[in-house]
Amino acid sequence: MNMAQPLIQVHDLAQSFADRTIFSHVNFSIPQGAMVSLVGANGSGKTTLTRILLGILKPTSGTVQTDGGGHLTVGYVPQFRNLDRDYPLSVRSFVQLNQIARPWPWHTAAEKRALTHILTETRLTGLAKTPLGMTSGGEKQRAYLAQALVNDPRLLILDEPTASLDVAVKHELIGLVRELNQKQGLTVLFVTHDLPMAREYTDRYLLLQGGQMTTGPASALRDDLIAD
Amino acid sequence: MFQLEFMCNAWVASTFIALTCGVIGVFVIARNLSFLAHTLSEIGFAGASFGVFTGLAPLDGMLLFTMISAVAVGEMSTEQSRREAAIAAISSLFMGLGILFLSLANKSASYATNILFGSIIGISVGEVWQLVGLSLFMLAVMFFAYRYLAFDSFDGIGARVQHLPKHLLSVLFLLLLAISVSISAQIVGSLLVFVLLTLPASSARYLVHTVPRMLLVSVGLALVGVWGGLALGYYTNWPVTFFIATIEVVVYLATLLYARVTQGD
Repeated sequence: MNMAQPLIQVHDLAQSFADRTIFSHVNFSIPQGAMVSLVGANGSGKTTLTRILLGILKPTSGTVQTDGGGHLTVGYVPQFRNLDRDYPLSVRSFVQLNQIARPWPWHTAAEKRALTHILTETRLTGLAKTPLGMTSGGEKQRAYLAQALVNDPRLLILDEPTASLDVAVKHELIGLVRELNQKQGLTVLFVTHDLPMAREYTDRYLLLQGGQMTTGPASALRDDLIAD
Repeated sequence: MFQLEFMCNAWVASTFIALTCGVIGVFVIARNLSFLAHTLSEIGFAGASFGVFTGLAPLDGMLLFTMISAVAVGEMSTEQSRREAAIAAISSLFMGLGILFLSLANKSASYATNILFGSIIGISVGEVWQLVGLSLFMLAVMFFAYRYLAFDSFDGIGARVQHLPKHLLSVLFLLLLAISVSISAQIVGSLLVFVLLTLPASSARYLVHTVPRMLLVSVGLALVGVWGGLALGYYTNWPVTFFIATIEVVVYLATLLYARVTQGD
């Protein structure tokens, strides 16, 4: 893992919708193996920037360069997923949905190993056969995390996954991601408006405010940086 | 009862109908498309009467109408919120057209009854082969799109992030649904195709928790319904469709009860 080599390099990115500018002149890079937080108040453009990085939204101007230049596999844990109590798939089946290298129903031995491995890493082995609809909020988030990681992405984006969780569960989830980051060199972008969490678990911050981006070491994140 | 040729035809046809509906039903339920499945069967009725009016085979009329409207609904309603209204509009138009074509074709009311409620006597060997061919084609397409359809149907948000071609998958699925509705309407009738497309799959959700197992259970319950319905219909002379509907509803209520007891809610 070459820490100096950035996984993603963003040059002079700008995005506007109709005549409303969300942000402009955004420059930053995400080094390989780093855990970086993207912070900012609600409406500051965090989601828009995330969508650009995911390749769902084409920026108004500017470029996103990825290491190797090609398509980057990204795992994504979204903020909302409205699965009701009747959601029928087991945790294991839900995680398996993202194994889409082949179209037909049966999975190869390698795919099964990868599935078992990620269920272990996310401490879901005991819940593998439980219907996802019957699990707790924190367990659901771990299942979303496992699904995002099951095909070994180079970047993991967590989009405010802690918004609806209580404090202990929040720390358990992000602590687990930090562990994967430090143990396996997984590159992570943690989108949040929770500054203490960003300070505790990430290496660097990217702050979107007033259409501009500033960056720095996470330890320098002060609570008064964001005016809500 | 297998000495009668029309009964053999009906058994073969029903078996493939159960297979088709059981498989596609799992995805209909996961994608929340029960209402659309019902609408497509009404459109099938219009298509069959159009066939009668123009001299096409009823099945060809149904395929034509359901496939065109499946694509139309898919294009009109990419947003979930608009879908219901789009479906309601298309459904009203086609029921009206169905009545118009039947009246223009000057066919008796019993013909309409056959299309709406199904008939096991009306199906010929040629039609059985067409049905089997279409059913196998549908299952083959499902096989080669299986994981993409499963991901998109059971976790639309995850599928979007992985850049799955959601629109293409949606149109493909609607076309497969249109074929399933058309082939099934011949035996069970266009008003009750809905039963086979939704109830076995809904029951399966409460019993098993992986997609392949849901497919197996859903097909199994659909088979129990059509085989049971045919046998009971043969011995009692009551409508087959009545028995199919009753069996599927009873099974569904039983699984609901089972889920309540085992999950304590």
